[in-house]
Amino acid sequence: MAYDKFTILKSTAVPMPIENVDTDQIIPARFLKATERKGFGDNLFRDWRYEGDGTPKKDFVLNNPIYSGKILVGGKNFGSGSSREHAAWAIYDYGFRCVVSSFFADIFKNNSLNIGILPVQVSESFLDQIFKAIEANPKTELEVNLADQKISIVGGASESFEINGYKKHNMMNGFDDIDFLQSLKGDIQSFATKSIY
Amino acid sequence: MSKTPAALFDKVWDSHVVRHIEDGPDVLFIDRHFIHEVTSPVAFLGLESRGLKVMFPEKTFATADHNTPTINQHLPVQDPLSANQLKALETNSAKYGISHWGLGNPKNGIVHVVGPENGITLPGMTIVCGDSHTSTHGAFGAIAFGIGTSEVEMVLSSQCIMQPRPKKMRIKVNGKLGKGIVPKDVVLYIISKLTAAGATGYFVEFAGDVFENMSMEGRMTVCNMSIEMGARGGMIAPDETTFNYIKGREKAPKGEAWDKALAYWKTLKTEEGAFFDKEYDFAASDIEPMITYGTNPGLGIGITKKIPTAAEIGGSKASYEKSLGYMDFHEQESMLGKKVDYVFIGSCTNGRIEDFRAFASVIKGRKKADHVTAWIVPGSHIVEQQIREEGILDILLDAGFQLRQPGCSACLAMNDDKIPAGKYAVSTSNRNFEGRQGPGARTMLASPLVAAAAAVTGFVTDPRELI
Repeated sequence: MAYDKFTILKSTAVPMPIENVDTDQIIPARFLKATERKGFGDNLFRDWRYEGDGTPKKDFVLNNPIYSGKILVGGKNFGSGSSREHAAWAIYDYGFRCVVSSFFADIFKNNSLNIGILPVQVSESFLDQIFKAIEANPKTELEVNLADQKISIVGGASESFEINGYKKHNMMNGFDDIDFLQSLKGDIQSFATKSIY
Repeated sequence: MSKTPAALFDKVWDSHVVRHIEDGPDVLFIDRHFIHEVTSPVAFLGLESRGLKVMFPEKTFATADHNTPTINQHLPVQDPLSANQLKALETNSAKYGISHWGLGNPKNGIVHVVGPENGITLPGMTIVCGDSHTSTHGAFGAIAFGIGTSEVEMVLSSQCIMQPRPKKMRIKVNGKLGKGIVPKDVVLYIISKLTAAGATGYFVEFAGDVFENMSMEGRMTVCNMSIEMGARGGMIAPDETTFNYIKGREKAPKGEAWDKALAYWKTLKTEEGAFFDKEYDFAASDIEPMITYGTNPGLGIGITKKIPTAAEIGGSKASYEKSLGYMDFHEQESMLGKKVDYVFIGSCTNGRIEDFRAFASVIKGRKKADHVTAWIVPGSHIVEQQIREEGILDILLDAGFQLRQPGCSACLAMNDDKIPAGKYAVSTSNRNFEGRQGPGARTMLASPLVAAAAAVTGFVTDPRELI
């Protein structure tokens, strides 16, 4: 599925300074029953966001109008648990294009890159600075520059982040792996003939 | 010139690289692809919108498990959304020529149980599935890991995925396990030492005599939970135990093909001096029956220990307090004696015959505690059949338990098997996340023996007192 090209993203951010945010929190299993990729944003963080009867929980950050933006800033080990790509879909569908944390679970990171969400891994100290800046002023903007591999607190500190050249190229152009793999079909076919399985 | 000694992981990975991309991932050929009803429908939609075909339908196997009811499977599935997903799997499999063991098929069951028990999972393979517990298959010396739906579409359309090469970790456990200490305790112990993110970025090899002496069922339990410490996957070198398990299974190689495969599988060992980015060594004698008290699988302790303080755990104090608050547990409390409302035995972690044998060994001659609701869910119809044939069903019924039908069930509570809000469950599954077993449900992960002890006493109990 095509996604928006990612070049520079300048936005306010939503802070979620909780460690080990797992994919069951991002999208609980009971909302995985769709056969199409639609509407997952409505149930993003469902059980943290709503009471059982659907009333919004006032103390949850997504229900606090002070915070908004296209960047979600999470605590260490963001996205642990299940391989459900629905977690990344829910984050994308809600309107986020970038997740910042000091550590990401592997499968979540891959899934995000595959659908056009940029996971930006920063140092723990820089993450702490971001949380403090947003706490001091919820209108604080972050700027994520993919070409330069740099994330900045606008008007403040910045840090570089890593991404492999292949994925960076894909994100900047909105390409995905499926198209690339189609171009290798000949190689794959001859590889398969050698397999003992 | 001597060759660099290779690890088991290197041997399997390197033999599957179709192309290495400079400053990018490897294009990895996939030998076996399992699909289920939840993470595959959107991948098939993707194929259709691009006009692509399934490149090697004979390398993909479909089974329905996540959404299936565990009672009255002969009746139509009541939840229309679940029924729709199950139908989509059936339709897509038929359309693309993929073998499908749906609800009602005698081979149906949890994907990570049916793959091995039918000889689909073999040593030296690359195996993927849109499910993080695909790591289970690593027990056979395969590189097996969970993938997202975009990657499911990649495998369907090209039999490959793009994967950065992970770092390597080796975890050794040597010595003799004490009475009542089973594979689930070993892996919960390791995760409690490494934390839920301790192996992120790594592929783990489990080594040492504890794993060498373990059954295939036990090895699957261990590898299953490698994802719970963040690892991409876990694997154990194949040996006679592995070969004996596979031989004669339906899809296993036969005759000459068997001899050829066996000769290759015997080479799948880590060589002396192979490099690992990280190594851990644990002593079997330090391991107790384990139980978790928090909301990630790293928050586990020996059953006789007290819940640690935030300072002992380290990391964010607020996150730890949130976790204990959800469980309504407190620092320094003992886990022993805590009231248990529900017991769940099953899942891709502990839903195999050996797990039910262990459970039965404790409950035999005892009765289920009156206030406990127990859900006993075999991992597959073949396991269910074994439970009947071995007389385990009689033991369960005598003790006041019922046997349900196979599926993922209360492990992730996608079907009706949900633990009610606020209730405490001792569960043999793999995740104790908030709401994992139903909104508001409180999960304590443990072995089948600890689950059995809780089921008959109604409280968290050291199973060593009952065996």
